[in-house]
Amino acid sequence: MKGRIHKRMIRRLAAIAMLLTCASLGVFFILSALRENIVFFLVPSDIAPIKASEDELEGKGNGESLVGRRIRLGGLVVEGSLMQDATSGEVSFTLTDGQARVAVSYRGLLPDLFREGQGVVAIGEITSRAPDKRGRATFRAERVLAKHDEYYMPRGLEKSLKKRSLWREQP
Amino acid sequence: MMKRLLRLTNPTFVRTLSNSLRGFCLLCAVLCGGLGIAWGALFAPADYLQGESVRIIYLHVPSAILSSVLYGAMGVSSAVFLITRLPAFALLCQAIAPIGLLYTALCIATGSIWGKLSWGAWWVWDARLTSLLVLFFLYVGYFALNDAFNERARARIATSVLVLVGAIDLPIIKFSVEWWYSLHQPASLLRRGGSTIHPDILQPLLLSILGASFFAAWATFMTYDNISLSMRLRRLESTNSS
Repeated sequence: MKGRIHKRMIRRLAAIAMLLTCASLGVFFILSALRENIVFFLVPSDIAPIKASEDELEGKGNGESLVGRRIRLGGLVVEGSLMQDATSGEVSFTLTDGQARVAVSYRGLLPDLFREGQGVVAIGEITSRAPDKRGRATFRAERVLAKHDEYYMPRGLEKSLKKRSLWREQP
Repeated sequence: MMKRLLRLTNPTFVRTLSNSLRGFCLLCAVLCGGLGIAWGALFAPADYLQGESVRIIYLHVPSAILSSVLYGAMGVSSAVFLITRLPAFALLCQAIAPIGLLYTALCIATGSIWGKLSWGAWWVWDARLTSLLVLFFLYVGYFALNDAFNERARARIATSVLVLVGAIDLPIIKFSVEWWYSLHQPASLLRRGGSTIHPDILQPLLLSILGASFFAAWATFMTYDNISLSMRLRRLESTNSS
């Protein structure tokens, strides 16, 4: 009697394991197929300037051109690149991922956390992938979101850390 | 093992356990939670980057952790139920569900406010937020499915399978911030290389996580009691009427 109960439980355990394995595999395949849609933003190297004429440009992914499509572009704001026109509210800055650079123009309010050297995600469209004078693609943002990393510390502490050159620059 | 499980689910044993631990859990929940949140809200330092808005962490992180942990507990008890068919484990799952749903809703609400303050958006469709929204709908789906059957025995099996398959969402939530570029920050607490939160902010945070956990335990005892009592009542009514 006891043996029979045990056997049935082991069979159920095996069925559960099978169910979970199959479902996980299914989810895994779906997620890896959708990978490009799940990433929240592209990085500057994904849309790096290309020297060819714009009509020949083929974007990543489905072979569609990235130009003119609404995309989200994430990167670090290059130090010293922020320029603001107080009267028109026009803002421009450069985004980088360490390899490529993109010039972003934007009109509107920047989030409080927006800082040079800090990560941001700009939502808008690429105006040109051909390099401008400084070798950047150009991007027109309609919205700018600030990103922050996983580090938390009391206000004021980062100054003393910087002074003792213990400050860890953000990647 | 079956014998030990049977003893564990014995109603008298469960009631004794619940009666002796409930008060302790509530006391710890009030003490740890109250202290943690008061400490975080009033005395902990502001963040160097996010300023005062970082204080939402003392609500957001505990509710986020518990939304997943409670679902994980539901998954384990569902698996045990499906294997042993001891109804007590299905009841445990049913008892945890409303508390998990509460924490998930709290996580989304506090996260939304925090997102508005730091990112500049109430909601974005990045992997972390989307996978947590899926968790929310898994909880809601659990209730819907549980009510969709006339026969309790069938409802228990169907909901257990749902909970178990839904548990695949848990690692996706946890690793969403590593596998894909997201707006949400990567893990600060449970990560390789230790926490990246300064002790002054970390200590009240750990305390409020502890408080939220004790509250969840207390609430689970209460809902479990409630469910088993109402079941007994129904059984008495049906024997009386027949």
